[in-house]
Amino acid sequence: SNNEKSNQSNRKIDKLLIANRGEIACRIMRTAKRLGIQTVAVYSDADRRSLHVKSADEAVRIGPPPARSSYLNSSSIIEAAVRTGAQAIHPGYGFLSENADFAQLCENEGFTFVGPPASAIREMGDKSASKRIMGAAGVPLVPGYHGHEQDIDVMKSEADKIGYPVLIKPTHGGGGKGMRIVESPKEFVDAFLGAQREAAASFGVNTILLEKYITRPRHIEVQVFGDKQGNVVYLYERDCSVQRRHQKIIEEAPAPDIISDFRSRLGQAAVSAAKAVGYHNAGTVEFIVDTLSGEFYFMEMNTRLQVEHPVTEMIVGQDLVEWQIRVANGESLPLGQSQIPISGHAFEARIYAENVARGFLPATGVLEYFRPVPVSETVRVETGVEEGDTVSMHYDPMIAKLVVWGENRAAALVKLKDSLSKFQVAGLPTNIEFLYKLANHKAFENAESAYDSAKHSAALVAACICEKEHTLLKKSPPGGLSVWYTHPPFRPNHQATRTIELDWENEYHDNNNSQNLTLSITYLPNGNYLIKTGENGLPDVEVTVTHLGEHDFRVEADGLSKNVNLASYLKDESEHIHIHIWHGLEHHQFKQKVGIDLLDNLESHQHQHRNGNHDSGSHPPGTVAAPMAGLVVKVLVKNGMKVEEGQPMLVMEAMKMEHVLKAPTSGLISGLQVTPGQQVSDNTVLFNVKAV
Amino acid sequence: ISSTQMMYSSNRDYGTQPQGHNVLPDGIDRTSDSFIRNSKEMESVISQLHSRINQVTQGGGAAAIKRHKSRNKLLPRERIDRLLDSSSSFLELSQLAGHELYEECLPSGGIITGIGPIHGKLCMFIANDATVKGGTYYPITVKKHLRAQEIAAKCRLPCIYLVDSGGAFLPKQADVFPDKDNFGRVFYNQALMSSQGIPQIALVLGSCTAGGAYIPAMADESVMVKGNGTIFLAGPPLVKAATGEEVSSEDLGGADVHCKISGVSDYLAQDELHALCIGRNIVKNLHMAGNEGVIRNLQGMISDYKEPLYDVKELQSIAPTDLKQSFDIRSLIARIVDGSEFDEFKQLYGTTLVTGFGRILGQPVGFMVGSKSEANGIAKAGAKMVMAVSCAKVPKITIVVGGSFGAGNYAMCGRAYSPDFMFFWPNAKIGVMGGAQAAGVMSEIEKSKKKKEGIQWSKEDEEKSKAKFNEAYDKESSAYYSTRILLTLAKS
Repeated sequence: SNNEKSNQSNRKIDKLLIANRGEIACRIMRTAKRLGIQTVAVYSDADRRSLHVKSADEAVRIGPPPARSSYLNSSSIIEAAVRTGAQAIHPGYGFLSENADFAQLCENEGFTFVGPPASAIREMGDKSASKRIMGAAGVPLVPGYHGHEQDIDVMKSEADKIGYPVLIKPTHGGGGKGMRIVESPKEFVDAFLGAQREAAASFGVNTILLEKYITRPRHIEVQVFGDKQGNVVYLYERDCSVQRRHQKIIEEAPAPDIISDFRSRLGQAAVSAAKAVGYHNAGTVEFIVDTLSGEFYFMEMNTRLQVEHPVTEMIVGQDLVEWQIRVANGESLPLGQSQIPISGHAFEARIYAENVARGFLPATGVLEYFRPVPVSETVRVETGVEEGDTVSMHYDPMIAKLVVWGENRAAALVKLKDSLSKFQVAGLPTNIEFLYKLANHKAFENAESAYDSAKHSAALVAACICEKEHTLLKKSPPGGLSVWYTHPPFRPNHQATRTIELDWENEYHDNNNSQNLTLSITYLPNGNYLIKTGENGLPDVEVTVTHLGEHDFRVEADGLSKNVNLASYLKDESEHIHIHIWHGLEHHQFKQKVGIDLLDNLESHQHQHRNGNHDSGSHPPGTVAAPMAGLVVKVLVKNGMKVEEGQPMLVMEAMKMEHVLKAPTSGLISGLQVTPGQQVSDNTVLFNVKAV
Repeated sequence: ISSTQMMYSSNRDYGTQPQGHNVLPDGIDRTSDSFIRNSKEMESVISQLHSRINQVTQGGGAAAIKRHKSRNKLLPRERIDRLLDSSSSFLELSQLAGHELYEECLPSGGIITGIGPIHGKLCMFIANDATVKGGTYYPITVKKHLRAQEIAAKCRLPCIYLVDSGGAFLPKQADVFPDKDNFGRVFYNQALMSSQGIPQIALVLGSCTAGGAYIPAMADESVMVKGNGTIFLAGPPLVKAATGEEVSSEDLGGADVHCKISGVSDYLAQDELHALCIGRNIVKNLHMAGNEGVIRNLQGMISDYKEPLYDVKELQSIAPTDLKQSFDIRSLIARIVDGSEFDEFKQLYGTTLVTGFGRILGQPVGFMVGSKSEANGIAKAGAKMVMAVSCAKVPKITIVVGGSFGAGNYAMCGRAYSPDFMFFWPNAKIGVMGGAQAAGVMSEIEKSKKKKEGIQWSKEDEEKSKAKFNEAYDKESSAYYSTRILLTLAKS
């Protein structure tokens, strides 16, 4: 049987199982298909109708929604590979991609693991071990503690020795999960325990390392690639200096402001690091650059294809997934170091479902409207979702990656901004606006002018609503009474008017801050709309609208003609229709109370709310509600307990991130009913703090 | 004397007609003095009309509107707009009823009526305007209400009553209450229509006092708004006067009482929008058993049709404001009928009257048009025509585009001949004869009377008297006078 196995592994891959989901599964399948390789998807119950399942030639169910029962369940995945006759398994990123045991298991079961050898994963996965190896290989390291001794007092004294701020980091895993920055000695214990818990939840191992936190750091990572013949090349660096909550959101390649000498020094160091662990396949070596001293230190090596690999692909003109498959097949690297071109500049922005106003908390919901920017040679959109899909609380809330290329950094940045302004998502909060502002490097608009531009947008929304209605009525007049639905509507000796009320939702304030706008629309005889935006509003504006298609309008107002896109949807259990408008570089979001004219299709909603005692979601002061859907991990207080303002009370976990809920005021705890392990939905009342 | 009226009827089978009706020529000279003059004069007449309409759409004025809105109430036209299908048309009727009729202003007669679609079903709306004298019924209010009901009954339109009224206007109760076509007739009509399967729906959005209480009570379905809607035959002041009992209006006849205890009302609405929503639902659910044929007949005819070949806007440049001027009525017809196609009937006979067949919005119609008058002349022929018009069992629509005088008015289906609809152009006039003629007749009578009494009437005095009479007469025969007393429904 040993012969059989080696025969199998010598054979070229003609069927590949992708042990992942979302955009990366879709992306791997795309290359596999181009190479004529059949694809097998695996899915949890939550993903039954996902794009990655639809994109695959075959798909196998591997378990219930929680990752540990599905995408982290090695045996189900191996079973799926056996059932479908796949010869190789691509782990994507996240999940089992950096699990040495899984890589080993694949090889043991006779499957080609499209990734590095298990030994390299193991060595690089243990952050302490990897640093020892790197230190021995002469790669520079950041001051820190990488010892086995995990006793809290020892850790504390090591932290004190390194000097604050100190970074607490699980030795296993990545992606910022479990990481904590500790500013002062007194915060250390809480942070350390939290990091341990998160590490255990995410990676199953709770060992921690400590590092000096570099205040003005710059993260630069180098893409490396090795083959089974022992050749390793670097494909230049990526810069990931824009992060929040330790998650990268905008990345670029190559790193800006780097001279070619520094570039090759970094590259050589990365190749040395990879060779030190006998690496093959795709990997990324991360360095931290102290911008004050110009020194760079080895941070870690990610033994997988990274989320942001497309920016490298864009500047070198290569398909890294193809390289992965060819190397896994035993072929030599397609290009030698000197043959690897570098051309232009690329950006990647990660578009997340998240609530920017609520401190970037992950959001869940339905993609009621999803229109990414059109793709081209220089604009890529990597996504695993479609309109109508749900972003659930089970997995990473990333909706898409937007990748753009330009001849130089400035040209790429222009393209990034343009693409972000045209990337249209409605149904759940996203960070698109935030990304746009980041890309724009300008301070947030001041509230007053934002309000004015929202009012102008509202006027356009109103005109588009009327025009769209007219199109629908013209197509199918109710009761066939076409003469009663003329445009403009007939009124003897005067003009028809209507009122539309919109609540403007300012994305940079909390939802409670929505502002009501009352718009009066007059149907003019020439078919235009005269929009008045209330007493203190803007001057009246006459709007000409052409309805181009479902969501698309051409609008002329104040002598300016432009394209407008409108998306509207009704969130379940809501009395409001959500309306998004995009025009030029602007995007605004409104809510419209379900009015009499809209009720017809929504009667059940309306009546339910009118008759029931629907709580609009605002809670009395002192109430602590879940800021997101998630799992209660730890309850630190009890009913009747006295707490101080800011005291940690409860720990929740969502998307594998921990969130500590703190006491809003000092007082007595009451009404506490949740227990650890309990799943709660967004805005669930957890307990009250009564002032004493 | 010129009588220029049209009558449409719809009972002709076109299945056997050869293709292509005769297309009317354009018929107007745009460079002519009369075209330019008419256009200018009509423009000023129309702008005067628009400013008057603008005035009446303000209802009872800013203060009253503010008070009304502070009670979470919408204005009557807003209520109708929200009941109507979104972006649909509304044929408001008798907008200028009550115009300068009483000493006090009574915009639109204190009640808004008109026709429009809900869920694609045409309905008659009858809405009190509580900003005008508390929505109370003046004689003209009753007349307008009854007229709307008459149209609804004839066209089989479901009636939507938007009730917000204090009942009869007491100082004028003698002209409101007792007679046949007074307030009581409202309920009589409701009963008859209901029995004929024409749905009667009442939304009680405000007070509904005394006689008015019968509107929801007689309705097939009724809705009451919590807090704002009240129904009682006798209000709290009357109860106290009669029995000494002190009771709040809500406890006496609020929405809870009538929806939960008395059963007068069928639906309890949380607020006005909710009530309007329920109103729309009621119409949506009407199945109009047995009436589908009638409805379909009315609605189904409007399918594919051609627009007139000539600019409809030019209508205002054709008819003169000086009614002594003659013009070719065919150029009006050319701008009204589909494809400007018109088959003239008896074109060579009795050329002062144009008759023929055409289509409007796909619906076949017959025209009778007095072009150059004189049709009132011969008593016998005129009598025949009056008889024919009275007995024709087709829908009749009268549009007065010029003068409608004397027997010509009768023959051309004036108000007394119950046209289904009667519209006036703002330049039009109606009267037993023209003002100048009437003044002449009056001065002859006066002269002979004075002669008998032996008084010499100077030429100067005679002219003065004539002019005075003429002026008063012209005013009474104007479109505004006609519409304020509801001879007509609208001006267009």
